[in-house]
Amino acid sequence: MSTNAGIEQELNINVEDMDIVYERPDTLTDTRMHYCPGCSHGVVHRILMEVVQELGIQDKTIGVAPVGCSVFAYSYLDIDMQEAAHGRASAAATGIKRVLPDRIVFSYQGDGDLAAIGTAETIHTANRGEKILVVFINNAIYGMTGGQMAPTTLDGMKTSTSPFGRNPDHVGHPLKITDLIAMLPGAYYVTRVAVNNPRNVRVAKKAITKSIQYQMDGKGLCFVEVVSNCPSGWKMTPVEANKWLEENMFPIYPLGDLKVPSDDK
Amino acid sequence: MKKKVQGTVVIKADRCKGCSFCVDFCPTGALQLSDQYNAKGYRIPELFEPEKCTGCDLCGLYCPDFAIHGYIIKKVA
Amino acid sequence: MSEILLMKGNEALAEAALRAGCQGYFGYPITPQSEVLEYLSQHGEERRMTVLQAESELAAINMIYGAAGAGARVMTSSSSPGISLMQEGLSYIACAELPCLLVNINRGGPGLGTIQPSQGDYFQAVKGGGHGDYKLLVLAPATVQEMADMVFEGFDLADKYRNPVMILADGALGQMMEKVSFRDYDPSKRIEHPWATTGKNGREERNIITSLHIKSEQMEKINQHLQKKYCEMQEHEVRFQEVQTEDAEYLLVAYGLCARIAHKTVQLAREKGIKAGLLRPISLFPFPTNEIHKLAKKVNSVLTVEMNAGQMYEDVRLAVNGQVPVEFYGRMGGIIPSPEEVLERLEKMVAPQSVKMKEETV
Repeated sequence: MSTNAGIEQELNINVEDMDIVYERPDTLTDTRMHYCPGCSHGVVHRILMEVVQELGIQDKTIGVAPVGCSVFAYSYLDIDMQEAAHGRASAAATGIKRVLPDRIVFSYQGDGDLAAIGTAETIHTANRGEKILVVFINNAIYGMTGGQMAPTTLDGMKTSTSPFGRNPDHVGHPLKITDLIAMLPGAYYVTRVAVNNPRNVRVAKKAITKSIQYQMDGKGLCFVEVVSNCPSGWKMTPVEANKWLEENMFPIYPLGDLKVPSDDK
Repeated sequence: MKKKVQGTVVIKADRCKGCSFCVDFCPTGALQLSDQYNAKGYRIPELFEPEKCTGCDLCGLYCPDFAIHGYIIKKVA
Repeated sequence: MSEILLMKGNEALAEAALRAGCQGYFGYPITPQSEVLEYLSQHGEERRMTVLQAESELAAINMIYGAAGAGARVMTSSSSPGISLMQEGLSYIACAELPCLLVNINRGGPGLGTIQPSQGDYFQAVKGGGHGDYKLLVLAPATVQEMADMVFEGFDLADKYRNPVMILADGALGQMMEKVSFRDYDPSKRIEHPWATTGKNGREERNIITSLHIKSEQMEKINQHLQKKYCEMQEHEVRFQEVQTEDAEYLLVAYGLCARIAHKTVQLAREKGIKAGLLRPISLFPFPTNEIHKLAKKVNSVLTVEMNAGQMYEDVRLAVNGQVPVEFYGRMGGIIPSPEEVLERLEKMVAPQSVKMKEETV
């Protein structure tokens, strides 16, 4: 087990002689996250809160957590938070933003929450052009309830409720809700990112920074889909999961901007 | 005896969940999973070849659980 | 008090909301309450109220969740099928203890039912309605004037108890025109809400609005806290009206529109020499249990009159607790009983060959 003291002893150097490269932002609490090993939620929480710290908006940011694995997001994000009913996070975020228009408001939702039970709320929030950020974690499975089929589950993908693989004749093809959102006039900036490697993490962070800046400028809805893993639900090691994600998720959910503000083109 | 290294890592074993992303992403292959397990039963990484560590902190920048932090060593003896 | 106006119940209610400093209204059109949304869409913006037509009642109630959680004074309104859709959100709001006002302009059910007035949502309103052990504070107006008054009162009660308050009216009260005047009210005197999620804004601790308490011990504590609150409401917030109960031998119990009919029945009965009286519960939760219990000691029997199959009837029976017979007369499906038919029922109770009317009507 290594500690600072251990390192000092082992390497025979003083901590004063070392510069830490990166530390946990103050906008995250010290609470240990409950997520499974290798889960993307931890990384997305971190970049979201890094952006909040860097833009100096901790005091005026209000987040809305969904029902799903990130139901406890408010335990980790050191900002004012609400925990909404399943699928209704964007409606709750609408309520907040409409009565406090000068605050920065975001909802953080998974695929079941946003693209199944909350589809109507998601589409209409986008169509109204609510000036909020929607962070959409798409890992093609219901993680919290134990690995059931999601609206975004890939064709042929095995889950506990599609044990023989998702059959499109029976339940349809995966719902590309981000593509739908991009078609709506109210959506201002729509992009699809991933956090499967350090390079993509940087791209994802840039997308979130941009989205919040747009919101600060009073622009419309920003929608960031994060193509994510679920090592436990997919029954893989974290490293295998990230590899599987690249090989199987990216062809269906290709990364990149789906809608860029016209003045930014 | 002082080793000639530019960087190093501090591993907070109690936070680690053994996902091994740090090992996977380490560009110089300085990390590996150790034989040790933490109290929760997760296999933790170790700086297996310290001289290879450049302090780039890709591990720390990625770790979902803030269990590993990269350091740049200012004075190398 | 300001000037006397002639207004529809729904419009009086909407005007009262504006005067009460309501900051946000989120709703969805449904007959017979759409005038609330229409009136506020017309007048909200100029009077600094955010008015938004949501895509569904599900969305509307969750917008209320968000906005109430952010500390704003907010309300929604709907009618029976729409209120059913809101039950999920209401359960969350009750658990997260968010003050808000909601209005049910009750229409006939079940199902899509009819757009005519009904009291068929009594159980849903007073017993919780959604999942889990919770209560709304429910006020039942009987006049357009009360439709307006209860808005001011409802907002204040919601803040006082951090609890959703429902005004339970019906399609007739919503649609009828009567004279109304609005009280002087200063919304700036609203009590503080330091728990709201407004952004940390220098606060050391972040505010969290949630209804999730995964540890059983914690969840039980939350439940005990809520139950304690409901007991306090029962102790302090019971509202009722008595009409000629001093010498009554027969007690009628009715609320809302039915209370007006029963009031007339009392007059007709007295003309015929039957000493009838009326107790009108104004707050349906908390229910005037003790008052009915006391009155039951003095009368021969009790008649509950409702526009449903006998819902408040059960609470009246619990209140009377077997002291005297409790009978029921009701019409359903949007039919409003006439004072004469209620009198006919009452006369059967007075006559020795009393029959079980509940069996007859159901």
